[in-house]
Amino acid sequence: MVENNRWGNFFAHLVLILGVAIVIFPVYVAIIASTHPPGTFIRGVMPLLPGPNALENYKTVITDGRSRAGTPPIGGMLWNSFVMAMAITIGKLSISLLSAFAIVYFRFPFRIFFFWIIFLTLMLPVEVRIVPTFQVVADLGMLNSFAGLSIPLIASATATFLFRQFFMTVPEELMEAARVDGAGPMKFFKDILLPLSITNIASLFVIMFIYGWNQYLWPLLITTDPEYYTIVMGIQRMVTGGDSEPLWHLVMATVVLAALPPILVILFMQRLFVKGLTETEK
Amino acid sequence: MASITLDKLGKVYAGNVRAVTDVNIDIKDGEMIVLVGPSGCGKSTLLRMVAGLETITEGTLKIGDRVVNHLEPAERDIAMVFQNYALYPHMTVYNNLAYGLKNRRFAKSEIDRRVKEAAEMLQIGQFLDRKPRQLSGGQRQRVAMGRALVREPAAFLFDEPLSNLDAKLRVQMRVEIRQLQKRLGTTSLYVTHDQLEALTMADRLVVLNGGRIEQIGTPMELYSRPETVFVAGFIGSPAMNMLPSDYLRGLVAAEALAHVPAKADLIGIRPEDLALGPAQEGALALSGRLLLLEPAGAESHLHLSFEGMADTITVRLPHVPDVAEGAMLNFSVPRDKLHPFDRESGKRLA
Repeated sequence: MVENNRWGNFFAHLVLILGVAIVIFPVYVAIIASTHPPGTFIRGVMPLLPGPNALENYKTVITDGRSRAGTPPIGGMLWNSFVMAMAITIGKLSISLLSAFAIVYFRFPFRIFFFWIIFLTLMLPVEVRIVPTFQVVADLGMLNSFAGLSIPLIASATATFLFRQFFMTVPEELMEAARVDGAGPMKFFKDILLPLSITNIASLFVIMFIYGWNQYLWPLLITTDPEYYTIVMGIQRMVTGGDSEPLWHLVMATVVLAALPPILVILFMQRLFVKGLTETEK
Repeated sequence: MASITLDKLGKVYAGNVRAVTDVNIDIKDGEMIVLVGPSGCGKSTLLRMVAGLETITEGTLKIGDRVVNHLEPAERDIAMVFQNYALYPHMTVYNNLAYGLKNRRFAKSEIDRRVKEAAEMLQIGQFLDRKPRQLSGGQRQRVAMGRALVREPAAFLFDEPLSNLDAKLRVQMRVEIRQLQKRLGTTSLYVTHDQLEALTMADRLVVLNGGRIEQIGTPMELYSRPETVFVAGFIGSPAMNMLPSDYLRGLVAAEALAHVPAKADLIGIRPEDLALGPAQEGALALSGRLLLLEPAGAESHLHLSFEGMADTITVRLPHVPDVAEGAMLNFSVPRDKLHPFDRESGKRLA
């Protein structure tokens, strides 16, 4: 047990506050930077206090984007990112729930083999298989489409594995009771397994959403049409696009806006998450 | 309501592992049959075969006039009460009871009527809005019962439903289940490893050992006339004493054992059939040294060592005698209370 010691308390808080400060600082700088006029950064000194241009900067990124560099207004990109992240999240969750359900509750030939095949794909992140995946998506004509953005990222060994582990802790008698009660496999899945997994689903939803939202390399490769640009690759285009100096004040405003949706998802899901924790029990 | 017929039922698992062999039971309409045996004897497997949760690999199973070998559990018109209750943790008690009826597309009003009725019967009416985790063990047990009741099935199947309860509650629920079953007159198959539960609840008792039936009969038939050494040892507590007949023949006058078949090499004596005191006319006289006296309130158990015998002998008296440990005590056993067995086949002789 940790003793309730005055100095111990002080020291612990000091370490925690320092840790938080280190993590918060870059975020703080980004927010500050997004409030300054364009000229501020050319001098090479980063201001630490807010500047006067906050409203103007945000208005620019939201309505105009940076049209000369080929970056559309930010709203469309945010929407694209949101659609892609949701598609990936919901796709991952449904596929992994169903495959874990199959692996745990059905006896079919090569069951264990398939489980290990799924598990093996954990070893192959998107970057490793990106060239063949690109070829496949290009051949299927899915470049510059939401399908192309999301489908190749949907398969998830991690989520399948987590759901499998969870399903194995659900007492077998529940399934048997449901069978006696006249529930078929899919009804059991829908009425019993899903409600019991809600906590797991909520936490995976957060993780998967952020994973989808932060996708950078894949959207960069397969979208050439600005209509399908996502916000994360948009930031990159803002930095490198055009001939002039990067417009850091606009880039930072975009960064701040791009960080908002994941934060909202976490806040919203956390309520569900806690609710799930307190209301279900095996 | 229906009869259940188990005809040469058998279960062989993959890898040629035998769990159940050649089981024949005719369960009459409204009868309460208890399957009893040590763990691993196949009693749960047999129940699950009747429920449809295990496939039947040999024989036929009939519920009523239908052969149900290949029907899903839900199609067999049975309801089951599980050992760990298997209540749906995320549903209220009401929905736990209603779930099976909803799946069968009963009208809302009918579901409501049946759930209320069952809740009334089991005194869980005030818990209908609660989740299972907010209930005590005994209340969960009632909900599990209720889930079976609302279905009004042809048969109830109980898989050790009381083994998760404490001793006091177990006795209370035992009585309630039996009363309920008698009142409803629903054919029931009940699995337990507790011989006392089996004796008190059963219309007829089936003792299983190693996947085979040792004996079927009313509780008192099995108690007073066990057909095998296994049944003799399993039914009744403390267990029946088994004495080698050679030892007895060496001790007592031949006429006391005259009626025992010569082939019998094992003689069983129930602990309560040994009476303290000198032998009456024609009775078997035995004496042994008292090792331990266990008073148990209304009765007492005496553990004795008989000279020349390795096993201790247990005696059950309806009072606590005033004797000291280490004393030599005399006992008498009426001649008709001897159970002769053949050691090799394990079967009863005469």
